Amino acid sequence: MAAMDPGEYSSEDLALIREDTGGLVTLEGPDAGEVAGHGGFIRQVARVFVENKLAVVGAVLLLLIILFCVLGPVFYHTNQTNAQNALLNSTPTLPPSAAHPLGTDESGFDVLGRLMYGGQTSLEIGYAAAAVATLVGVLWGAISGFFGGVVDAVMMRLVDIFLSFPTIFLLITLTVIFHASVGLLILVLGFTAWLVPARLVRGETLTLRVREYVQAVRVMGGKNSRVVLRHIVPNAVGTIVVNATFQVADAILFLAALGYLGLGVPAPRTDWGSMLSNGISYVAGGYWWLIYPPAILIVLTVISLNFIGDALRDALEVRLQRR
Amino acid sequence: MLYYFIRRLLQGIIVLAGVTLFIFVLSRVIPGGAARGALGARATPGQIASFNRLNGYDLPVLDQLWHFVKGLVLHFNLGYSYKNNQPVSTLIAGRLPKTLVLVGISTVFALIVAVPLGIFQTVRRYKPEDYLFTGISFLLYAMPSFLIGLLLILYFAVDLKWFPIAAPSATTVGGILADPRALVLPVLTLSAITIASFSRYMRSSMMDVLTQDYIRTAKAKGVSSRSVLYRHALRNALIPIVTLLGLSIPGIVGGAVITETVFNYPGMGLLAYNAALNLDIPLLLGTTFVAAIATIVGNFVADVLYAVVDPRIRYGKR
Repeated sequence: MAAMDPGEYSSEDLALIREDTGGLVTLEGPDAGEVAGHGGFIRQVARVFVENKLAVVGAVLLLLIILFCVLGPVFYHTNQTNAQNALLNSTPTLPPSAAHPLGTDESGFDVLGRLMYGGQTSLEIGYAAAAVATLVGVLWGAISGFFGGVVDAVMMRLVDIFLSFPTIFLLITLTVIFHASVGLLILVLGFTAWLVPARLVRGETLTLRVREYVQAVRVMGGKNSRVVLRHIVPNAVGTIVVNATFQVADAILFLAALGYLGLGVPAPRTDWGSMLSNGISYVAGGYWWLIYPPAILIVLTVISLNFIGDALRDALEVRLQRR
Repeated sequence: MLYYFIRRLLQGIIVLAGVTLFIFVLSRVIPGGAARGALGARATPGQIASFNRLNGYDLPVLDQLWHFVKGLVLHFNLGYSYKNNQPVSTLIAGRLPKTLVLVGISTVFALIVAVPLGIFQTVRRYKPEDYLFTGISFLLYAMPSFLIGLLLILYFAVDLKWFPIAAPSATTVGGILADPRALVLPVLTLSAITIASFSRYMRSSMMDVLTQDYIRTAKAKGVSSRSVLYRHALRNALIPIVTLLGLSIPGIVGGAVITETVFNYPGMGLLAYNAALNLDIPLLLGTTFVAAIATIVGNFVADVLYAVVDPRIRYGKR
């Protein structure tokens, strides 16, 4: 959605406005401009990835982990939901063998299969929470920054209030009061994370709203909602994307922490954090295969996301300098 | 400076009021109500009604809020923990100093390690040492902190037996400080991520400052590179660290929950964890409230410090 060149963008704006005001929209419709802008952004991201080796490593690793979790169960069938069957058909805490490449856990579940099953939950919650946080945060920040004045003051004080709560305390309190489920965990993790994108996007909005092309839209009678959604938010997309990448990493780590505190995904589902936490209670028995596999997957996923986020940030800072 | 101070103080008070209101709302939206939470699932409607009358839960919401705020301001009344049969404020008062000790030592330790590390990385920038420490930072960032604690226990307590497995078990702050060996692993665990973020920030802050005009001027005047680094660059690079310190407070206070749980350290974080396990919601809300206050106070102090060290803030804002 983001055209990186302001000049190019303002001509697109004019096209959009012509449409808005029921004027002449003929040759270059808004869609044509958007598609071109989108291609520009993707091309730029692609260039970053080729230039930055760590970003390539991170992207490939992340892709492999996602494929492992999503497609793995298609090729490697294990029972991960029926606890009785697991206990009947296998031995708990079996060390790695041909039948169980990563052994079994304390309930008799195959650890390799469980990594895929738990990974689906970790990734699903991580991405969904980041999506919730980004969506809410971006709209909040853009509206706050765009309207300014009293609206801005009230909306930003609300952000300050929630930022005062150490995240983990808020997470624990909300999951205990409202009882953990996958949906609730997504909402709670999103609720504690939207504050940072809200602040960042507000900051961007404050500089964007005085730009010529935004003023042009307003002069020509563009509605506020159009200015915010079609012109301010798309131009802050760099900040938003970089932050969203880190949000996923943070959400996965916080979910793991909740799993450790026994407030993670309720049974029969599991996630990497809960697996790791279970393994830790058996650490004295030397069952390393209960600890290292989920630990390594968490670390690799978060590192990959951080590599990608850092590379994106570096690239987009370069863009800012060029302006 | 005074104007800035007062404005910042007012802002802090508004935020504190908002935090109080949010805690009040949470305490009233518990599914099943506070009476069910206190009396259990098998309480009869009559028992619930009398509990509500006794505790003022049958009053209009605004009256409840008034009583809540009045109790809080006059008596620091945070409610009653029915599971522990003690007032929440008494329970927290016994644990908070220990958490502050742990958080304080960890923060100071993180600064002592991270600032020199950031300088070292700037001096040796783009050399193998720099990349090594950047790599370690990335690794620490990506590790759940309970995993860091567990690995430290496995290697330094179980295998090498250098430190005890559990944290100091003493009940007083003095007793905890008297057993510094037992504090080593909890402090390392809590400061690990802070060290990673501080040192990376310090490095980029130094690198930023080194591109400034006044550094070039100093070099052109013939100031030795050592003096440029420590007298011109470091002092300016440290300023943003004060802000970062303020921003990191919620993370460190929150991290104390995990660290205290891993090491069974008898602070407020462990109290919150146990409250969560026992579904002791008044206690849980109390710890959350106090943690938020700690953050607000910490942020305020950091902002005032920032104005003290940075004259641009002191004189810039009217």
